[in-house]
Amino acid sequence: MAFYLAIKEIWRTRGRFILFSGVIALITMLVLFVAALAEGLGSGNRQYIEKLNAELVVYQSNVDLSAAASRISVSNLNKIRRVDGVKAVGPIGAASVTLASPLKDGADPLNVALIGVEPGLPGEPPAFEGRQLGGRQSREAVLDRNAALRTGIQVGDVITIKSIQDTREQFYELRVVGISDGRQYSLQPSIIIPFRTWEELRPQAVVGGAPGAELVANIVAVQLDNPADRDAMAQRIQAEVRNIEVVDTVTAYKATPGYSAQQSTLDTQRYFALLIGILVIGGFFQILTLQKVAQIGMLKAIGAPNSVIGTAAILQIIAVTIAGVAAGAAASLALSLGFPPQVPIIFSPAAVVAAVGSLLLIGPIGGLVSVRYSLKVEPLTALGLAQ
Amino acid sequence: MELALETRNVTKTYGAGATVTRAVDNVSVGVRSGEFVALVGPSGSGKTTLLAMLAGLLRPTDGDIIIADSDLGRMKDGPRTAFRREKIGFTFQANNLVPYLTALENVELMLRLNGRLDRDGKARAKDLLVRLGLGDRLNNLPRQLSGGQQQRVAIARALIHEPAVVLADEPTASLDTERAFQVVETFATMIREQKRAGIMVTHDLRMVQYVDRVLQMRDGKLAREITDRAEILAMAEAGVHDAPVAVTLPETLPVFAPVPAYVQPAFAAR
Repeated sequence: MAFYLAIKEIWRTRGRFILFSGVIALITMLVLFVAALAEGLGSGNRQYIEKLNAELVVYQSNVDLSAAASRISVSNLNKIRRVDGVKAVGPIGAASVTLASPLKDGADPLNVALIGVEPGLPGEPPAFEGRQLGGRQSREAVLDRNAALRTGIQVGDVITIKSIQDTREQFYELRVVGISDGRQYSLQPSIIIPFRTWEELRPQAVVGGAPGAELVANIVAVQLDNPADRDAMAQRIQAEVRNIEVVDTVTAYKATPGYSAQQSTLDTQRYFALLIGILVIGGFFQILTLQKVAQIGMLKAIGAPNSVIGTAAILQIIAVTIAGVAAGAAASLALSLGFPPQVPIIFSPAAVVAAVGSLLLIGPIGGLVSVRYSLKVEPLTALGLAQ
Repeated sequence: MELALETRNVTKTYGAGATVTRAVDNVSVGVRSGEFVALVGPSGSGKTTLLAMLAGLLRPTDGDIIIADSDLGRMKDGPRTAFRREKIGFTFQANNLVPYLTALENVELMLRLNGRLDRDGKARAKDLLVRLGLGDRLNNLPRQLSGGQQQRVAIARALIHEPAVVLADEPTASLDTERAFQVVETFATMIREQKRAGIMVTHDLRMVQYVDRVLQMRDGKLAREITDRAEILAMAEAGVHDAPVAVTLPETLPVFAPVPAYVQPAFAAR
């Protein structure tokens, strides 16, 4: 009976229910895009560290886990390597340079993260096209997928990067030997080169780097013999090597400057969008119920029990919410296909499921007030006698 | 014939102490199956309150309401709602019909509510609407029907589930004269044919020509009961509310009052 009344009303007055669903669809798109933006921006910040083939990351102490401020000397790196339980260590240097060529027609030079790693050691990403880096001082590069997508560069191409050294722009050529998966660093696509090459090419005061100077990494990636021993090994390394701070990769990327603030801002936006959704949907259904007070009173007067009235209302709310969320999710995914790769939007399955789950609740939660109101309508309203 | 509906000293009061209001005051009436009764009186006389209690929508403060051998006044909410659904048919002044159901679906609604919508029920609903002249309007929504047609659908809905009692609250309130006469005449015919006990609350005394008895209320009391056909017709011809009434009331049954002097002595019955 409740299902009959609910469906008949939706079908025969479908205009207004389509409007309700449309509003829910728009709110769904807002929530999904904010979630995708949060995921995209978060990923852009943490991608390289998150995907490190290592359990621990070592920073210089007292730099608040800032990779840009951190300096780890070769001697300290060797000490870390000698700690019992450490399987391998890899120095990582990171700097910002500009990809000057080749670029797509009309495209501006692309700011990229230049990452120096030791070939074969932790920190070097796997190449899914082409091959890994060759020699330790070669002029080879592996591009991350984001850089390749945005520039159209392929394996075998020669790229030119611009680095500010001393006070001058220096241009260096590198041959692309491989393309990895997404490995953004600080929201920039990355170019991975051998560490010694990186030491030469990175922005610095001396053109080509000071000859004979000790190599200094920003951070060090540490692989363990027993990955489950992570916490104990972090303490052991920190105890045995001075002036360092050892953290796991999650702590490392969460400490990226601006990451937490960015994520909490986007999370706040998402929760506000959900709250607005609850209020808007609740408002719509409350107005609908107020318009139906006389009709509800009449139904009760002829003997319709509260269970039928309430169930019909709840079924309508659920139907409208499901339709709206489905339409909004489909529209969001369709729209996202048209975004260029430089827009940081990622619809991760987990984030989409969580967002859709919470959106499916906003209708019933928002509609609770209207359902309660309809249950309290007195059948005497049909006779104009309700108090 | 046994009474289908009976009230025994029914009273409804609001407030307490010095501010108590007696909306219905010690009313005792009986209506038989197949009898059509009008409940008239000025605004505030208690007729709608009495109707609400007869419909099981209001509980009396005192007294008994017996319908089909059940004491409606003593039922709890759940059983009272079920009783209303099964044993009482109702038409209202306005908002009679569910706006998103067709005429036929509105009539079938009562059977559906009672879990009795089978093939036979559907056929009866259709036949009843055809009988009421709405055979070509079965699939129209209420907004596509005139006021009189809507009231006829409401009458069909009030009768389809074969209730013991049929109640009508101002069925002609929003109708023009011609439609009003049509609707009430139809109502009266159906009630007598199907042997229901029918009560109609009306402000429009012209409609009483179709009833068997007139119950006149004033200040919550049953002031007068009129069974004389000539007097009823005279009342209908006069078409006014505030006819003088006798105030002497017996303990259980109302007395008849003299015919008011202003009433036209010669009245041609319709």
